[in-house]
Amino acid sequence: MGARDLIQTFFLGELRQGLSVTLRYLFSPKITIQYPEEKTPISPRFRGLHALRRYPNGEERCIACKLCEAVCPAMAITIESAEREDGSRRTTRYDIDLTKCIFCGFCEEACPVDAIVESHVIEYHGETRGDLHYTKQMLLANGERYEADIAEARALDARYR
Amino acid sequence: MLELEIDGKALQVKEGSTVIDAAHQAGIYIPHFCYHKKLSIAANCRMCLVQVEKAPKPLPACATPVTNGMKVFTHSDLAIKAQKGVMEFLLINHPLDCPICDQGGECQLQDLAVGYGSSSSRYQEEKRVVVNKNLGPLISTDMTRCINCTRCVRFTQEIAGEMELGQAFRGDRAEIMPFIEKTVDSELSGNIIDLCPVGALTAKPFRFAARTWELARRKSISPHDGLGGNLVVQVKHDKVLRVLPLENEHLNECWLSDKDRFSYEGLNSPDRLTKPLIKQGGAWKEVEWNQALDYVAHAMRDIVKEHGPDAVGAIVSPHGTLEEMYLAGKLMRGLGSDNIDCRLRQSDFSGRRAGTPWLGMKIAEINKLDRVLVVCSFLRKDHPLIAQRLRQAVKRGAQVSVIHAADEDLLMKLAGKIIAAPSQLPDRLAQITKAVAELKGATCDLSVAVGAEARKIAESLVSGQNAAILLGNLAQQHARASTLNALTQQLAGYLGGRFGFLGEAANSVGGYVAKAVPAGDGLDASRMLTEPRKAYLVIGAEPELDCADGVRATNALTRADSVIVLSPFKSAAALAYADAILPVAPFAETSGSFVNTEGRVQSFQAVNRPLGETRPGWKVLRVLGNLLKLDGFDFASSEAVRDEALGGGAGKPEFAGDLDNIIADVAIDLSPGGGIERVADVPIYFADALVRRAPSLQKTKDAVTPAARMNAATLAKFGVKAGEQLKVSGGGTPATLVAALDVGLPDDCLRLAAGHATTAAVGAMSGAMTVEKA
Repeated sequence: MGARDLIQTFFLGELRQGLSVTLRYLFSPKITIQYPEEKTPISPRFRGLHALRRYPNGEERCIACKLCEAVCPAMAITIESAEREDGSRRTTRYDIDLTKCIFCGFCEEACPVDAIVESHVIEYHGETRGDLHYTKQMLLANGERYEADIAEARALDARYR
Repeated sequence: MLELEIDGKALQVKEGSTVIDAAHQAGIYIPHFCYHKKLSIAANCRMCLVQVEKAPKPLPACATPVTNGMKVFTHSDLAIKAQKGVMEFLLINHPLDCPICDQGGECQLQDLAVGYGSSSSRYQEEKRVVVNKNLGPLISTDMTRCINCTRCVRFTQEIAGEMELGQAFRGDRAEIMPFIEKTVDSELSGNIIDLCPVGALTAKPFRFAARTWELARRKSISPHDGLGGNLVVQVKHDKVLRVLPLENEHLNECWLSDKDRFSYEGLNSPDRLTKPLIKQGGAWKEVEWNQALDYVAHAMRDIVKEHGPDAVGAIVSPHGTLEEMYLAGKLMRGLGSDNIDCRLRQSDFSGRRAGTPWLGMKIAEINKLDRVLVVCSFLRKDHPLIAQRLRQAVKRGAQVSVIHAADEDLLMKLAGKIIAAPSQLPDRLAQITKAVAELKGATCDLSVAVGAEARKIAESLVSGQNAAILLGNLAQQHARASTLNALTQQLAGYLGGRFGFLGEAANSVGGYVAKAVPAGDGLDASRMLTEPRKAYLVIGAEPELDCADGVRATNALTRADSVIVLSPFKSAAALAYADAILPVAPFAETSGSFVNTEGRVQSFQAVNRPLGETRPGWKVLRVLGNLLKLDGFDFASSEAVRDEALGGGAGKPEFAGDLDNIIADVAIDLSPGGGIERVADVPIYFADALVRRAPSLQKTKDAVTPAARMNAATLAKFGVKAGEQLKVSGGGTPATLVAALDVGLPDDCLRLAAGHATTAAVGAMSGAMTVEKA
């Protein structure tokens, strides 16, 4: 043990050093968020819960082209298509298994009609595995519920597309 | 041979080759839309422009013949620039609706646009819109997508034989359309779906069902006509969604008849059985397999014990696999009975056969024939692709003559034609035989007076080098089929040509190979019903519709103590007469083999899992053999069954052995018949249980409800006009049918289609009919 160490020990050097950090942070601005009362800002490009959108006239956007299904790297999307009575091409089944989904956003990117989107919603959960299996009805309901947010996010991001 | 250089690669090609042929030979791809190897050259898409040394402008590779020393550049700057320019023009009016287009993912335009299209369009004006056309229940149209390559037009004209589509108007208003208010009704129409390089013509039954990349592609063999067309069956989630041709130059080339293409819909029919059914106390009950098989084994053993093995008969569909047929035969013979037959629509089994009746030549050899006599065949509907081959032969100069009971338009030029009532056909064939003998200077002991038309046909036949006589379905189903066979044999002998049978069904030849016909003195398909048995084993067939005499079949089956049906489908008739119905797999769900009309043995695997509790027929018969404690039923695979059936060691021979059309001991009967005779055709979409359940095919014009068709004189005889009601009977229950005029029929003939519920109860397929005004 050298003389320098003796002095350090005697004058509580390390304790002072530690307390100085405490003192510095005591007076610096706080960044802690009081979730769920407070939330961080989210980028318009954030990829959260999926939703299927409709046109303003109520017609569903999805045309069952199956590009999202094809591009999905996790194979989380299952689509079945058929001809609707009016002769248009529509899905009869559109399922996303969120337990498989890796939220890469390729489905959004592949969609030629902006039907499947990833909203900013992150607050959802499932108590059983099946709860995270989203069907077409659930996805369309998501789209209806969050349409305002989705439209705003897409408008903000439009000029970078 | 000509020498040329493509992209610096020197090669030799045959005289008359085009640049695109040469490029394909060298393995160089030249983009194209309108070019197709089986169609004439149109050179109207211009996509195949290439640079040729010393030519001032790019030339279309598909229409430029190779000259000696030619230097071609397919990827030079000039060629690429020309191809890109063409692509820009093609895309001007093409809607960019790939996401909703069924062709998406398998579209030539889409693929080539990736390589040659630019990322944005310079075209700002309004795009052209073309009204969709109604082409019938099989083909869906989106004519705005059409790029006017005219492949479909050329197909209908050159291959299908009738120009059902054409191009109207000019310039950018040019559009493909059928003749006004008409649909495309050819039995080969589905091929234009494959030919269309864009999504203008797509399959209606498949519309929006799936994407090409989702489908598993599996090879199979068509279970319908005797051709044995090779199929690519496309499956998604254990459901057959589409059938495409698998190219095979020996058989179907790159085509497929609509029956082969769209019959898959029957596989998804609501009539499909999923569990074995047995009748208990008059009510049907679903049971487990072991229970059902025990029940069947007991029933068969009891009948054999009580009434002897001869009291059991097996009626086997000629559309079943070789393995099923063989095991059915082995089972029957194990029980001690020889009563088994798969020639259900035939009624004359006299004469002694030397071997298995077959086509007498390879199918591919039909194209090379130069003189052909087609005897009693509804050729276009019964053998669509063989008719197509004959059509190509006629184009090359072959002369085709016809002797038949109905004047059908074969869509080819005929050298001679004799239309006579069925009972007079042997006499007419004898006339031709005699005329040929006279022309050849041979002695012929047939005592017939040779008519002018017969002489004309004979002259046509002897003038060629490579003649053949083809016996059609009606000749095989004729009441004097053996006479027709013996006469043909004699005629072929004089001609020095070949003769053969156009196989009625996918496994007609296989039936003989697998010994699903009486080997000794067992009862044939006809006698099994005229001399009713105590028990019947019905495999794959619907005897009320598939037998020569549906009424007799129904009566025999209803009276029998025990009827065991092995079928993929249930039907009201089977539920009425059967005691047990075991669900066996249709062709898509079992492995097996078909022996086609040229004797080619083609084995296939199941393309998807059997529906519900359905089991492959060969497995069911194998277990039944075990339960009946018969020897030699320990097969582990369908291949083992096939190898035993073909009598060889392991491994599949390409062709079945013992093919021989020679018939002996036939008493030739040329006597004319009398009264009103029935001409029974089996319409293309009523021919077997599977196709009868394909809804889209049942909507076509070939599947209309049968009418009582007669010529004007015969109609006048009964004082009826076309459209009025007629009461028709041929030994069974009289049926009330609509009278129709058919100018192609001889006098005193009534053409009444078989294989349909409305005519099933009328009576036998051949013979005298009674007709009265209703």
